Parts: sequence; structure tokens; C-alpha cells
Amino acid sequence: MRRKWRDLPIAIGMLLPSAAILGVFVVYPLIRAIQLGHLRCDATGRRCREGGWGQYIDVLRSNEFQHALANTTRLALMTVPAGLALGIGLAVLADKQIRGVGFFRTVFSSTVATSVAVASLVWFVLLQPEVGVLPDLFHGIIPSLKQPGLLRDPGTALPAVALSSIWASLGFTFIVITAALQSIPRELYESALVDGAGGWMRFTNVTVPMLGPTILFTSVVLTTRAFQAYGEVALLTGGGPDPQRPTQTVPYLIYGQNSLVKNDIGLKSTAAVLLFVVLLILAFVQFRGLDKRVHYAS
Amino acid sequence: MTYCATVAQVRLEHVTKSFGEGTDAVKAVDDVSIDVEDHDFMILLGPSGCGKSTMLRMVAGLETPTSGDIFIGNTKVNDVAPKMRDVAMVFQSYALYPHKTAQANIEFPLKVRGESKIDRAAKAKSAAEALGLSAYLDRKPGQLSGGQRQRVALARAIVRQPAVFCMDEPLSNLDAKLRGETRAELVDLHRRLDATIIYVTHDQVEAMTMGTRVAVMNHGQLQQIGTPQEVYARPETVFVATFIGTPPMNVMPAGLFERSEALVGVRPEHLRVTTNGGGLRVSIRMVEQLGHETLLVCDASGTRIVVRQGADVAAPPIGAEIGLDAAEAHRHRFDPVTQHRIDNVGVGA
Repeated sequence: MRRKWRDLPIAIGMLLPSAAILGVFVVYPLIRAIQLGHLRCDATGRRCREGGWGQYIDVLRSNEFQHALANTTRLALMTVPAGLALGIGLAVLADKQIRGVGFFRTVFSSTVATSVAVASLVWFVLLQPEVGVLPDLFHGIIPSLKQPGLLRDPGTALPAVALSSIWASLGFTFIVITAALQSIPRELYESALVDGAGGWMRFTNVTVPMLGPTILFTSVVLTTRAFQAYGEVALLTGGGPDPQRPTQTVPYLIYGQNSLVKNDIGLKSTAAVLLFVVLLILAFVQFRGLDKRVHYAS
Repeated sequence: MTYCATVAQVRLEHVTKSFGEGTDAVKAVDDVSIDVEDHDFMILLGPSGCGKSTMLRMVAGLETPTSGDIFIGNTKVNDVAPKMRDVAMVFQSYALYPHKTAQANIEFPLKVRGESKIDRAAKAKSAAEALGLSAYLDRKPGQLSGGQRQRVALARAIVRQPAVFCMDEPLSNLDAKLRGETRAELVDLHRRLDATIIYVTHDQVEAMTMGTRVAVMNHGQLQQIGTPQEVYARPETVFVATFIGTPPMNVMPAGLFERSEALVGVRPEHLRVTTNGGGLRVSIRMVEQLGHETLLVCDASGTRIVVRQGADVAAPPIGAEIGLDAAEAHRHRFDPVTQHRIDNVGVGA
């Protein structure tokens, strides 16, 4: 007991740097955002009046927020399962001891070093109806690639943004899943092989369950990323095309140039705090829902 | 459990396995031929890196031989997929699926075959019963002790009723007491199943107590194959002589123990202290009292020689000089160059 107290100053000293960073960059901004969230401000942000805590309910009920939340949810539903499936698929393909596999691993993981801005620009050019490669190659199969263009068609703008987002996240998913794959004992595969399990059975009975904790972690990260998607929306569609604005996500509603609330720091904070709460609930639901199905190594 | 496996012979003919290519190639198994008979409990014994596990993996189909042929029954299986070989494998790490319960682990090979849920459950329960696992079927491997995990791995193997069992050091992760108990259980299991078992170990006690035949390997080569008694009583090479037995056989340089050009080997229990000080003169360096026996560690012109005596025989003091002798029947002679056994070398007393 005495030793415990003696170690306390050292423990506090060691925790202090992390606590300071967390406090300055996470806790303080959060508290400040919650405070700002009940204010209504003018464009300068200096003259604010009390909007009341009911402002949170008002924003939550507003058509704009609900529309943006629905778009964000759609984006997450498009990017998370597809991103996970692609990441797992590529990682499994590259998890072979064959010549030249290192090249493919480098290619598959390269997008981790690509910023959202660069990724969005690449896809913007690729999907450009006038000069893009993809419309030239595939407009026979998908006519809207040329006319009016995937990013300009209200029906395909969000999937096109999702495509860029999936591509940008693929490197991260690939690296995390590859690392997890390499920690699966080879004997499990060999045992299954001797017992007669084919490739699919080994995948479903060994690979997927053994990847459980990593899949859960990656899905939470990808979901969070999808709900925070701003760069790709701003650069590819600007929340449009108008008037439906199918790519106006919650982060774009908060920061976007074309956003209705772009000049009101109070309303922007309200939406930001609500997004935080939504993400918190989602992460909780994901962990509670999937955790029971996931096996952690003992 | 009623077991009715298709009992099979396993035959390896001039099997070689190399890893790597060109000058970097390493021969893990070098021109080995072994016949494993029906119902054999064949032990592949040797030190780490001698190629015994590679041999087992080739039988199971997890490695392909570089040259030579492997037969199971009368079928050449070099290019046959593991699942078609009717071989079950028990791994050193048990290789249990950590996310599945013991029952699901045992059922897995049957699930792969597409057997119905009811059949699977019945067979798994029967295998579990045979191994005393009935109370643990709902537990996951992480909730089982090392011994229980090892039994689950065995149950998963026997539930398939394979032609051949391949076991890769399945006892090496158990503590000494449990290892002793499980050795006896494996022998009993072999008797009950009447199956062909190929068992890899580096532990000579396991080899001597469990195997019906032992194949001793070193540096990828087969040194000797025979019953445990044959291998112990008549080692074919210096390696076998010094690998089997605790303490191992004393192999003395030519001319030390007798006037001959051969290396002479005598087991510690076959060396007797002469009453008149005749024979090989040695000095006592250490006396190890083990309770049931005493080991005299001696020095003869720089050669270490161990003598085993009954605990009731008075041990000479450290530093004393004594004479050692051995009956002709207990002298093993080896060619100093080839290290192989020779029986007819000119001997002078």
C-alpha cells in the first residue's frame, strides 16, 4: 500500500504529457463546442446570442441535418462493407509466399500514403466526362459516365464519392488486415487442409473468425471515417449536385462552402456535437453487437 | 468408441526433401526409405532439425518430396492432396480453432465432409467419451488445460477414423507428470484403435516406451530402424549409441578400452569396477547419487566415462583410481571413419 502511494508522483508525471495533449486537443475543444452549440452567431463569430439548449433538438429535427445524416449513413453503408471486403480480399490474395508478392503488397498499401485531397483529385480526373479515362472506357455499360457524368448525376454522385473514399481507405484496411493475417498460426490452416477443408471453408472457418477483432476495429474506424468524410465531398461534388444535394454529408454541412449554416459558428458547433454523439452511439452499438461474435486470443 | 479405420501401410522410398535452391539448398531429408507396417506405432526420433517433422509433413501432404516416392497402402501419394490421403494430424501446438468449442473442434473434420449435424454430434460425443472429455465439450480451447487441449486434438483426429495418424511432438507442451500419464494413454489408445501411428519426437523416453518401432534420424538421414529394444541393445551407428540411453553409451577412442582399431562403446550399466584394479584405469571426477542408482563420472586420459552402479554399492571417493571392464557381449564396436557398427574387428585383450 505504502509503495502504491510512493509511486503516485511518478505515475502522474508519466501520465501528464498524454493528459495534456488529450486535454488541449480533445477535451477542451469538445467542451468549447458543446458551449458554442447553444449559441447563434453572426458571420464574424463575435456577436452571438443565446439560442438555448433546445437548439440541439431543433438542429436534430431540421430537414437539413436529417438529410445530411441520411446521406452520411448511405455513404457509410456503401464504403464500410465494400472497403472491408476489398481490404480482406486483397490481403488474403497477397498473403502468399510467392515471388513478386512484395510488389503487390506495396501497390495495395500505397493509398495509405495518399491524402484525401490527392485521392479525390485523382478520381475527379478519372471520372471527368470530358477527359476522364473511365467514361471513355465504360460509357457503353454506364451511360451516365459521359452524360451528365457520375459526379453530376444525383443518382450516382454519392456512389462515385464512395468509390473515391473506398480507394483512399483501402491501403489502411489492407495493411491492418495483412498484419492480422500474418499472426494467424499456420498450423490452423494446415490442420484444416489435412481435415479436407477447401479454400472457402478455410476462409470462413479459420481466416474470418481469427480476423474478428481486427475486422471489428477496422469497421469502427471506417465507419467513423465515413461519418467524418469531408475532403472528398468538398473536392468532388461540393455537396451537390443541386438541388437534391445527395452528397451533402454532416461534415460538409458543418464546414462546407455551400452549406446553409456556413456562417454560424453556433449552429456548426451544434451539428458537430450531434455528429459526435451519433458516432459515439454507433461505436457503442458496433462493439456491443459484434463483440460477442468476436474471439479474442487468450 | 468403436473404431474401424482402414488400416494402412506407409512406405517411403528414397525420399529426399530440399528447401531452397542452388547453392543455398538445404537437405532436410536425405534419401530416406522407411516401411511403416499396419498397426505400427512408428516413432521418428532425432534431435531438432534432423528432418523428422518434415518427413511427417510429407506423409500428411503438407510438404512435397523433392525426389522419391511416398505410398499409403498401395497408392503413390506424392501428388495426392492432403484431404485425399486419409491421414489425420495432431500438431505440437494442437492447432485447435480458438473460436470454436471443444465439440465444434472435434466435429470440424466431419463438417468438412458434409455429415449431418446429428451424426457429427454423436461421433464427437463418442470420441470425447473415449478420451474423457465429455465434461468439457462446451468449453473453448482457451478455457481448457494443456492436457485437455491435447485430448481435444486427439479426439479431432480419431473422430475421422483415418488410415494413418501423424503426430508431431504432441506431448512436448505438457509438464513432466502429465506427459508421463499421457504416454500411457496414447499407448492404450493405439491398442484400442489398432491404427497405424507415425509419431515424431525428440524425447527418447517417449520413443522407448511408446513405439513398436523406432526410426532414429540425424542430419536428414535415417540412422537406424528397429524395435526400441533393438535400437538400444544394438545401435548401428555412434550417433544412435550416444543418442539413446540416459546416460548415453560411453564411446571410447580406438585403443583406449581394448587393443583394437575400432571405437568401443559400452553402456554405463555394463561397465563393472574390477576388484583388482585391472582393465581401463580411470579416476573418479564426480559421484551422482540418484537414489535408486549411483553414477560415477570418470576420466580416462581426457575421455569422459560414466558408470552406473546400484544404489546399494559403495561409491569410491572422488579422485580415487579404479579399473573398469565390460563383458565381451556388451562391447559395441564402431568404425572410426564411417561411425558405423562393425562386428568383426581384431580384438586383443
